[in-house]
Parts: sequence; structure tokens; C-alpha cells
Amino acid sequence: MPAAPLHAESVDPRARTVLDSSAIGRIIDRIAHEIIERAGDEHLPELTLLGIPTRGGPLADRLAQRIAVFTEGGTGLVPVGTVDITLYRDDLRSRGVRPLSATRIPDGGIDGRHVVLVDDVLYSGRTVRAALDALREVGRPRVVQLAVLIDRGHRELPIRADYVGKNLPTSAREQVRVRLTEIDGTDEVVVR
Amino acid sequence: MTSLWLIRGVRPYGEDPVDLLLRDGAIAEVGVGLVAKDAEVLDAGGLIALPGLVDLHTHLREPGREDAETVQTGSRAAALGGFTAVHAMANTDPVADTAGVVEQVWRLGREAGLVDVAPVGAVTVGLAGTQLAELGAMADSPARVRVFSDDGFCVADPALMRRALEYVKAFDGVIAQHAEEPRLTQGAQMHEGVLSARLGLAGWPSVAEEAIIARDVLLAAHVGSRLHVCHVSTRGSVDIVARAKADGVAVTCEVTPHHLLLTDEYVTGYDPLFKVNPPLRTADDVDALRAGLADGTIDAIATDHAPHAMEDKECEWAMARPGMLGLEQALSVAVEAMIETGLLDWRGLADRMSVRPARIGQLDGHGQPLEVGRPANLVLVDPDVRRVVSSADLASRARNTPYAQRELPARVVATFLRGRPTVLDGKAQR
Amino acid sequence: MKRHLLSAADLDLGDATLILDTAAQIDAALAGREVKKLPTLRGRTVVNLFFEDSTRTRISFELAAKRLSADVINFAAKGSSVSKGESLKDTALTLEAMGADAIVCRHSASGAPHRLAEWVQGSVINAGDGTHEHPTQALLDAYTIRRRLGRLDGVRVTIVGDVLHSRVARSNVLLLDTLGAQITLVAPPTLLPVGIGSWPVEVSYDLDAVLAKADVVMMLRVQQERMNASYFPSAREYSRRYGLDARRMAVLPEDAIVMHPGPMNRGMEIAAEVADSVRSTIVEQVSNGLSVRMAVLYLLLGGDSK
Repeated sequence: MPAAPLHAESVDPRARTVLDSSAIGRIIDRIAHEIIERAGDEHLPELTLLGIPTRGGPLADRLAQRIAVFTEGGTGLVPVGTVDITLYRDDLRSRGVRPLSATRIPDGGIDGRHVVLVDDVLYSGRTVRAALDALREVGRPRVVQLAVLIDRGHRELPIRADYVGKNLPTSAREQVRVRLTEIDGTDEVVVR
Repeated sequence: MTSLWLIRGVRPYGEDPVDLLLRDGAIAEVGVGLVAKDAEVLDAGGLIALPGLVDLHTHLREPGREDAETVQTGSRAAALGGFTAVHAMANTDPVADTAGVVEQVWRLGREAGLVDVAPVGAVTVGLAGTQLAELGAMADSPARVRVFSDDGFCVADPALMRRALEYVKAFDGVIAQHAEEPRLTQGAQMHEGVLSARLGLAGWPSVAEEAIIARDVLLAAHVGSRLHVCHVSTRGSVDIVARAKADGVAVTCEVTPHHLLLTDEYVTGYDPLFKVNPPLRTADDVDALRAGLADGTIDAIATDHAPHAMEDKECEWAMARPGMLGLEQALSVAVEAMIETGLLDWRGLADRMSVRPARIGQLDGHGQPLEVGRPANLVLVDPDVRRVVSSADLASRARNTPYAQRELPARVVATFLRGRPTVLDGKAQR
Repeated sequence: MKRHLLSAADLDLGDATLILDTAAQIDAALAGREVKKLPTLRGRTVVNLFFEDSTRTRISFELAAKRLSADVINFAAKGSSVSKGESLKDTALTLEAMGADAIVCRHSASGAPHRLAEWVQGSVINAGDGTHEHPTQALLDAYTIRRRLGRLDGVRVTIVGDVLHSRVARSNVLLLDTLGAQITLVAPPTLLPVGIGSWPVEVSYDLDAVLAKADVVMMLRVQQERMNASYFPSAREYSRRYGLDARRMAVLPEDAIVMHPGPMNRGMEIAAEVADSVRSTIVEQVSNGLSVRMAVLYLLLGGDSK
């Protein structure tokens, strides 16, 4: 069998790169600063980052690293976890079954914490709604905020992000692909 | 009543085409270019003529289960299958264990008028296997019973079997044994082997059949009686019968169409249409049965036509009744299993489906050669068509054919019973 | 994955692994939570159709469905229309008309769930049919082995007892073989099916000869009534030759585990001290059954079943 190109999509002439690796890095730095600023000295020790699998996980890890750097480790390591929302989706009937990802709640739980949910793309808002449902079962945070790399619009629920890397107006026909080194071997955001 | 039919261009036993003139229930003339004034003419070019088929093993269900089959509907199915005579098994309700019941069945057959219905008498009262039924009274009745069987149950008691074999010699009867050692088949659901182990169904071991046949041929030899073995289904059974025949024992046996074609693989989906007793066996058994039929060890194809009401088949495997329809597809299955494989020619098939079964059942007017002066019992077969079996089109009241959606060769175009058509152009005439 | 789970043979390596992984994720998602409930199957209807009493299996399925927020209907044959002579087909059509998305079927007749599957649109899950199969039991056994030993590939599993009549054994042989385990069956020859030569297993009549090489010993329930049908002479002789007692347990490798699908005949196939030992996974198997059945319900019902 002849070898297929590894990233067939990247040679798609209609695809355009909207963020490259350095742009993603700058955005993560900026959001990290914003999180620190909004939390303030009082609540910074209560901060917990929860990534929504798949790509929210590495984004949360990166944010936690940058926050540690910018606060010079003054607050200790920020607890990071993941919350899988697959079992909370309301579109199982139409979208079908998908494999579950891991849910890892940091030791100490989320009760009373300042939780920031992290995801790659904000679109209809249903994923975030499902994540809020999932969180409710896990505990009772003091506050829940949302950080996303891309907000592409087309909301179907009254949900907004507290931290947005880039607003990206799209048509519903377009696909937004976020690739991260940890999973995809490269950092970029592509629209097709 | 007079009837005159001229059948043109038919090939007796698949041999050279001739014309047949049927007059007053007999074959009046055989030749080329026959003419007969006022005869009804049937152009049979391309068709094969065989003596009317004789079934040694049919369940007509009447009296008792008229919801599954009646003598009338079963007779129609038989005629459509090319039969001119069938033996109606005794396991009705009431059981055909008295002269009264066998005579009733015989009369119902006459009224239906499509095939000769020869009732089989029960060997033991109520098929219970403990006390001989009045075999002599059934033999002397108008039904003239010559074949006796507890079919569905084995005459398992060796002493009783011996007495039965001996007793029927007085009127030249024959015991047709359903060979199944009951202690080895308690709760049995299918052939015992690789598949029963996988499917978790209690096994019906081949040895349960073979042990009884071995015992019975020894008994028959000892008392000098004739023995007929119903529906042999295993390689071992064929071997035992072959050895007994070589030793001069007066044993005959039959095989069903389904045991010539189907295997236990069909049980895999748990569809009770494939539940039958004896059960479907392995491909190796099928090979042995075909070979045994070809070399004459097995004397006859007998359908074991067993109609069942829908609710007795549309259920769990273990709850379902065993048995399948056979009359309407028997010839087609035989053609696929024996003719198309080259194991038998048409003359051979006529021998196994007409000549020998008629002799075993002592039906004088049947199984005769297609010659001048012989009774005009015959079937015309189109060997070249292939048809897909549709259970909706069956003449039987029941629908439990294992061949639904299956394509089978050959088609019965016409059947004549004593010179009168019971089937013409594939349609029953009554 | 197929629409129904009728036999462990319906699952290829990918399917089986997906179910076990999903069960593990569900376990992790629910670990330490007070409210062990997920909204996943809200609005779906799961019918427990039990023609044979089995409180533990029914409760396990019921709880699994409820934890996924499905509506659960328990339809026991006793006292229902079924005991008044309604046929399996009529029951199936009734449940179909009620909109059952899944039917969990337990039946004394081998193959009954296969029949059911032909008559309904929803998914049919075999919860034990006669002497045929019990695929979710095999899945929970595999899940238990993987949790305890960390792997299934190459694990040496010895299954002891009434293989002939055991649906647990059939499903385990199929599934564990798919998952790469090496299986040895041990039983008196009377309790092994004819045709076992075609199974992907080793067969031994001597329990003592195989124990030292077993990572897992799975004891099957032996019914006393088999004794009356001459499958073995007496309970005492069976226990002596094929029962797992402390002396035999001592022969097992250090990390080996002892399993039993329950309910146990203590003193018959398994000694009380073995059943209650640290090697025994019997209680774990019950809780693992819940996770595995949740995974199966999710994977069969999550998608568009129509």
C-alpha cells in the first residue's frame, strides 16, 4: 500500500492558517496574564484549571505553566485537571457514540475554587453547557470562568467566554481545526 | 367415467421423447406421433415423465391439528409435489391406533381425491410404547394398513419391538422405526457436535440413532422379519444398514430431503424452522446419506412432511416443535442433491422416490414402470427451470418450510392419478 | 459495534477494548462522587425482560441504566402476561410498540435473545440465555482481570467446573480468547461438551496439574442436581477433585486471583476461606459489573439506534 500523506488537509488549497505557533504562544501568555489579573491576589491561590478534552487538556496545562512563570511560583503550582463531557452531551442521538476521555479532578476537588474551564473552540456553546452540568456533579466552585483559544460565533445558548484568544468570524460551512503539538505534532489553527 | 389424455413429446425418465396416451386410468399407448380423437392434448416438450412419487412418511395432522394441515391441504401439497400416494403417519389426535381412525383418514383421503392416502398405524396404543395396538384390525380395515410406526417416538423397549416385528408377519406388515434411544436424547435440541457446544443447545448424538438401528437389525434378523428405518440421518446409520443388507437382513430405510441438503450450520441463527427430529447433521453425514441413496443402501426419499402452526415455530428454539414441510419441494431438493451432482439419473431417482417406496408400503398401483398397461400414475417435471421458494405460495396450511427464499431446480408441471390430472400447469385441479 | 450484544463473539478486539476502556473512564468519572448519576441516556427506555429469576443480574442492569438516567421498566415473566401464555414474539411486539430502546433479556432457552433481536428495532442485550452465553458477565470478568493484573494479553486463565451447562464459560472463552488470554478448562469429562476440541482452549481433567500455572482461576457454579443425572457421583467427590480449597489456593502463583460469577456454593466448588481471601475478586466483580453494563448501554444506545 502506498503511503498516504500525513497531513492531507494541510495541502488543501482552500485551507488558510489563521494562527501559527508563535501567535498561539502569544495568546496563551496574554490569557494567562488576564487570568492572574482577574483573579487578583485574593483568589489566585484558589485557581483551578480544567481542560475539556481533547485539546482543552494541553491548553490548560500550558496556561498553568505560564501562570506559574508569571507569578514566579509565588502561588505554587496551579492545580490542573480535565473534565470529560461526553456523557453529558445532549446530541448523542444525532451525533452518535464517541469514546470517552479521562476525567481528572485535582486532589482537593473544586469546592470553593476559582475554576477556569479551558477549551479550544467556542461554537454553539453546547459543550460548555455540558461541562457546567458535569461540574455540578463534581462539586460547587466559588466561580466558574471560561477560556477559549478561538471564538467562532454561531452560539445556540446564552454562553460567552471570559477569555478569548481570537474572535474568528466564520460561516457554518467552514471547519476550524486547532492543532496542538502535544496531540497533533504542530501548533496551528486552520480554517477550511 | 372415461378420461383420455394425450401427452406429447415427453421424455420418460429423461430419455428419448415419446407420446403417452392415458385411457381409463392406465397407460394405453406409448409411441411417436400418436393420434387420438377426442383426447385432451398436453404438449410436454422438454418435460420429463416419472412414475407418480410415493411418500412413505407424511404427517397430515388430521384429525387433531387441522390448524396446521388437513388431509385436503396435505393432499394438495402432495399432488403439487408430484406425489400420487402418501403414507399418513399415525401421530394424530386421536392417535391412529385403531381401525376406526385409520379408516377415517383413508376416507378423508379418498374424498380429497388428489393422492392415495395410505394410513400408517401406530405400533403401540397411544404411541406410549407399552402395549401393542390392534395391528391386525388396522390391517384388515378398508384402509389395508401395512406400515406401522410410532414415528415421533421410538419403540424403545426391545421386547416390545421384537413382538411387533414378529406379529406383523401374519399380514406381511412392516414396522417403520423412528430410531432414537430416548435416554440418550433427553432434552435434545440439535445434533450433538461442535455447533451444539457453541450454541449451548443440548445435543442429540448420532449414536442414539445408530444404537437403535443396530439393535433392530439384529432383532429383525433373529425373528426373520422385515424392518424399515425412518429418516436415517447419520453416516453411521448408513454403514449399519449397509452391513445388515450385506448380511441378508430384510431391512429398508429412507432419508428425508432436508437431510440430503441441509446441515446443522443452519441452526446458528436459532430459527426453529430448522428444528427437526432427527436433527440436521453435519456435511459429512449429508455426503454419506447421498452416497447411501445413490448406491441403494438407502431405499427411498421420504419427506417427513411435518406441518406446524405458526405459533409452534415463531418462538424460542427449545419451545418449538420439531419438523419441516417437505412435500412440495421434495423433488426439487432431490434434483439438486442427487441429479445435479450426478449421483443418480432420473431412472434412479424414480426408483428411490416411487418404485421402492411403493414396494415397501405395498401400494400395488404405484411405483410401476411407464409402460403400456400400467396404471397412469405419473408426474411431468420441467428440469430446466429454477425457482425461488416462497412460503406464501405453499399449498400446505402451515408455512414452516426451511427452503424459503432459496432457489431450487425443477418444477412439477403436471401430476396424473389414474389417468386424471391432479395438477396441470403447476396448479392443483381440486 | 453491532446493534445487539447477543454473544461475546459479536465483539472483536476493538469493540471489547472499547467497552473495557469506557467502563474504566466511567469508573474514573464517578469515583468519589456523592451523586453517581449521569444524564447520558435521558429519555431512553431500557426494558429488563427477565424470563428467569436472577435478582443480581437484573439489579445490576437496572442500576446501570438508572445511573445513565434512562427510564427502566422491569418486565418479569412471573405474574405478567408471559406467564399467561403470551408468546415471546407478542411480548417483543408489545415492548416495541412501547418504544423500548434496549431490551435486556434473560431467558432459560438458549438463543431466545437472538429471536427477540429479529422482532424489535431496539438493541437487544443478552443477559444470559439458557446454557448458551452471558456476554456482560464475561466483560465484567475481563474488566476485573485487567484491573487486578493490568493486562489481558497472555494472561493464563483457568476455568473450572460445569463447562457443559455454563453460559459464563462459553462467553468467557470467546471473549478472553479475543483479548489474547490463554485459557485452560478443567472439569470432569462428563461436564465438558462434545466438540470442545474446536475451542481455543487447553483441556485438563486434573485441577492440581494446572494450578501452578494459573494467573486467574475462575470457579463455575456446580448445581447439585447434575449429580442426579450422573454427571458426577457425589458432591463430596466433586468437591475433592474439582473444588478450590486453601490447600489448592496455596499452589497458585503469588499474584493469582480467584473469581466466581456467583452465586457460590460454598463448600462445593469453593471453600469459604478461599471465597473470603484477598485473592478473591468476587465482590469486586459485582461492582465492576455495574461499570461494564453502563459502558455497554452507553455504547449501544448512545448513537442513533434507528
